[in-house]
Formats: sequence, C-alpha cells, structure tokens
Amino acid sequence: MAVKDYLRERYFPHMWCPGCGHGTILNSLIRAIEDLGLDKSEIVMTSGIGCSARISGYVDFHSLHTLHGRALAFATGVKLSRPELKVIVPMGDGDALAIGGNHFIHAARRNIDITAVVMNNRIYGMTGGQFSPLSGAGVKATTAPYKTIDSNFDVVELAKAAGATFVARSTAYHAQEATGYLKKAIEHKGFSVVEILSQCPTHYGRKNKEGDAVSMLELHKTNTAKLGSKALENNPELIARGVFLDVDRPEYCQEYDKIIEQASKG
Amino acid sequence: MSKNIRFIQGNEACVEGALYAGVEFFAGYPITPSTEIAEHLSQRLPQRGGKFIQMEDEIASMCAIIGASLTGHKVMTATSGPGFSLKQEAIGYACMAEIPCVIANVQRGGPSTGNPTHVSQGDVNQARWGTHGDHSIIALTASNHQDIFSITVDAFNLAETYRTPVILLLDEAIGHLREKLAIPEEGELAIVDRLRTSQPKGVDYHPYLPREDGRLPMSDFGGHHRYNVTGLFHDMWGFPSNNPKIVNELLRHLTDKIDANINSITRYKEYFLDDAEYVFISYGSSARSAIHLARNRRNKGEKIGVLELQSIWPFPRDLVREKCEKAKAVLVVEMNMGQVLTQVKAAVDEPSRVFLANRFDGKLITPTDIKRLLRVIQGRGV
Repeated sequence: MAVKDYLRERYFPHMWCPGCGHGTILNSLIRAIEDLGLDKSEIVMTSGIGCSARISGYVDFHSLHTLHGRALAFATGVKLSRPELKVIVPMGDGDALAIGGNHFIHAARRNIDITAVVMNNRIYGMTGGQFSPLSGAGVKATTAPYKTIDSNFDVVELAKAAGATFVARSTAYHAQEATGYLKKAIEHKGFSVVEILSQCPTHYGRKNKEGDAVSMLELHKTNTAKLGSKALENNPELIARGVFLDVDRPEYCQEYDKIIEQASKG
Repeated sequence: MSKNIRFIQGNEACVEGALYAGVEFFAGYPITPSTEIAEHLSQRLPQRGGKFIQMEDEIASMCAIIGASLTGHKVMTATSGPGFSLKQEAIGYACMAEIPCVIANVQRGGPSTGNPTHVSQGDVNQARWGTHGDHSIIALTASNHQDIFSITVDAFNLAETYRTPVILLLDEAIGHLREKLAIPEEGELAIVDRLRTSQPKGVDYHPYLPREDGRLPMSDFGGHHRYNVTGLFHDMWGFPSNNPKIVNELLRHLTDKIDANINSITRYKEYFLDDAEYVFISYGSSARSAIHLARNRRNKGEKIGVLELQSIWPFPRDLVREKCEKAKAVLVVEMNMGQVLTQVKAAVDEPSRVFLANRFDGKLITPTDIKRLLRVIQGRGV
C-alpha cells in the first residue's frame, strides 16, 4: 500500500510547522507498519497532548487522542482488555517523561506489550517553547530565558532501568534506520521504547540558534553515532543510536491469562 | 426468591451488583474506604475471564477503564475523596468523548486526606462539578445493601444507555456495614447492553452523530470501523474542531442527553409521604437514620415521611417540589454542610421551610440528632 493509504487525508493539512521532524517520524512509522503487513484494524494508536500527539488523528487506525501524559495509561486499558490488538503510543518528550513519567516507568515495569515512541524535540512546542525534562542544562526556552539548570533524563537508560525489554534510539534524519527499529519494536513481545530525536526549528532551533530545519537535521547526523561505531568510541560525547536492549521477559497480558486460567479452575 | 443469601459489606454488595451487571474490566488503586471493591474484584473477575489491574495511581486507573471501555467492555473503578479528586480530569474526558464507565466513590471526610476511616457525604457537589467545564453527569446512591446491589446494576445500565460516566456515591458507613444481601436470580433485574452500530464494513460510520433519540451507537476498537476519539471538541467523525457551531451543538448534546432524560434517570424511594407534615429528604447512610426516626415517630402518631433520593444528579427538582408541596417543614438529612440542602431550597416553593439536619464530624448522623432539630423547628411553631 502507498503511505497515503494509511492516512486520513480528510484531516490534512496537518498542524505541524514547516520543518518539524514529526512528519518524518510519522512516515517512518507508517513504513514500518506497511513492511510488517499489519491490518489497519488491528492497530490502536493512543496519544496524549502536544504536537506529537496529533499524530494519532492523521492515521487510519483506531485512534485515541487522550490527556496530557496519560496515553500509556489509556493504552494499558486498551491492551489488557484486548491483547490481540497492536498498541502504538507516540508521545512527546514532555508528554512522556514530565507529566507522564509515572505512567512511563510503570508501563515499562509491567512489560505490557505496547510500543512507546518518544518523539524527542527537547521542547514543549504546542505551548510555545518551554523547556522539557529532555532539554537538559544550558538550553534557552521561553521559561528559561537565562538558560536551563535542569538535568535531562536519558530515555534509553530510564526505560532500561524501569523494565522495558526493547529499547532503541534513532533520529528524524535517519528515517530508514528508524523504520527498522520501529519494526523490531512493534514485533517485540513486551514493552518497547523507541526514542526518535526530532527537530523543532520554530521554537528550539530559533531560541538556541541551531538554524533552520536543514541545519538541525544536519545536527542529528553530526551529533549522533551508531552504537559500536568507531566514531562513538572516539567521541563518547556523541549521542548513541541503535538497539540498546532486546530481551525476553514475561509479558503482562500473557501472565494475566495464566491468572485467569488459575482462577477459573476455582 | 433468591437462594443466594449473603451477609456482607456494602462494598461487596457493590461488587456483586457490578458482576451481575456484567463488569468485565476494573482498574484501581488502593484507598480507604473503597479498597474492598478492588480486592474482591481482583479475585472474582479472572474467575469469569474478566480483567483486574492495579494501576500506578488513581489517574491511571481512570484512564485504563476508559481504554478498556472503548474495546467494548463494561468497566468500573472505585475510589474515595483524594482519589476522586485525581480522577476528575479523566472523568471529564469520558464525558466529552462519551465513554460509558462507572466510578464508585465511597465517601470519607475531606477536604484533603481528611478523615479516611470515617463517614462523610461531602463529595456530592464534587460529583457534579469536579471536572472543569460545562457538562452533565449521573450520580446514584443507596442506603442498604439490597439497594446498593440494584443501584450498581442501574449505574452500568445508565452508563451504557447514555454513553456517560456514572458516579456511584457510596459512603464509608454503608460501604463497611455488614448486612444481608439476597442476590437476585439471573434475569430478575434488567441488564442494558451497549448499543452498537449496525453500519456494515466499508460504510462511513459517524461515531459522534447522534440519532434522533440522542443516542450514539458505538463501535468497538478492533472492529472494522476505525475512528478518532478525542477530548477536544470534535465533529461527527470524532476529529478535533473549534467551529463555533460544532462546539455549541456538542456541548448542548452532552448536557441535554442527560438533563432531558431526568425522568428516566431519577431513582428514589418514599416512606409515609402521603399525609406527611414533616418531610425528611435524605440519601445514603443518612437515610437509614431518617427512615428509622420516621418509622418510630409514626408509631406515636407523628406525621413524618421520608423521601430517599437514589439519584442525586441530575437533581430531581420537580420530584422534590412535588413531594414537599404539603409539608409544614422539610429537613434535609445529610453528612456535609448542606450540599443537597442547596438543591432542595432551589427546588421547593418555600425555601424558608427547608432546614438542615446534618453532621460533618466523621460520626454517623443518628435518629436522635435529627429528632433534636425537628423539635427545635416545631418549637418555633413551623
């Protein structure tokens, strides 16, 4: 199928700014779903609030646009009540890890079979450019006119520590690589996390003098390196891309099925 | 006659009612004094293939039941004051997106952590206006275990009928009290199942286009109709819109579908009202004391009657006005600082004849408490 067969064109044009990385990530995600040959009716896309969250309205799946930070909690209800569905949860950085941080770690802890996609542009875009828990120190934002003093979460380390069983990172620049990781994540049985660095030229780029979308995309290339690469070995300051974790652990819905079996015996 | 007689807590009666109504999914978080509802459902649900999940917090449990309702299941959560506060955001979401769900709030003293192990009826107004924005809501209550059972069944039925969250306002005293419950046989009480769309595959389904009767047939997530659900104002496809006409019509629909059906939603009981000179209006465990006093005084020839409200929201104004028409005085008996009192005063023709018999110190209001106030009122010549 063509990419547009997965989109609700009725709802276009989308609301993302020119140069935003989110559209590229949507493309990566749709290509992953297409490659896996999934039926559109077996996919539920659940999102929260923010620029990233609008993604769920644009796709022709069952789509659930929920509350700020709560997408994973809604998704948990969808998945546990109907485990045969594929549940994909795209979230922004503030959505996933500030207001939604508790839901994020607990979904990971349960290892429930949901794919979380953190579209990380290091800023609250929809509200006009406030810093997020993934901005890190030394960043300018509308609520940090003197630069941030807050440290950032490392999504990969946090997801691993919390119990996720598949963890990967890519960028909007590396769209094909991202598609590959998303495919693996969706196929993985358990809680999978894919962090995809995105660019927000409108707010982050402008405030922090990173230039336009093209130069920000260039930074995705020059600031990152593949896990296990020479480049990363030579410069540990680079952000690593790759699959950081891919392990098997009992999945929540499958474990609950065992509870049902046990309880039904009386 | 039921062969299944149990001697149980009110919270368990609620569980039995929920199971009878067909609850399939429960998400919750431990909180006094509602925890027994979660505990019992964690045992009972998987026995019948249902799902129970203890979530990371109150907010998440409210969100999880909404997700599970969208896949076509009857869902419920239970909580108390602080948890009820936390759930308000997602209750508003369920109002806006029209997702059937039942929320039991076993009331304890508040505000804040308040009085966790003691009774209160202080969340009446929160049940109505806890979440932001104009909306309508259904809130039910009961004063004994047989009624808790049937009102819980009603809560599920109304949630499915009107595609709305329904609040079950129980309280600590009734939730923890043990008394008899005769579980009705299958078929004795009516069960409403979800209205699902008959639109075949491939035909454009409009999840948010009300039929002439105001109802909206649903389609389960995972079925062949794929649509959008959002907490934003939305058009008939469920897609976000800020078109003033759409906003206006949706808000009217959300309130009208409940307010215009108040007669079908209203539940109440009455005791000795026909010739009553003094009318007690009460609900929940307070109503037990009101009924007890009325019955005792009737034996001595005093013309006292009780109107027991089993649905508080939408508030049954016309019913209250009608039942109070001939009364010399009306006593609202409740365990808060007059939350239903305000509604009764607004409903009746002569608000100056409406008085408050209340307690809000964590102790159950007694027949003596009510009698004392009654005598003061009578002493004034009312």
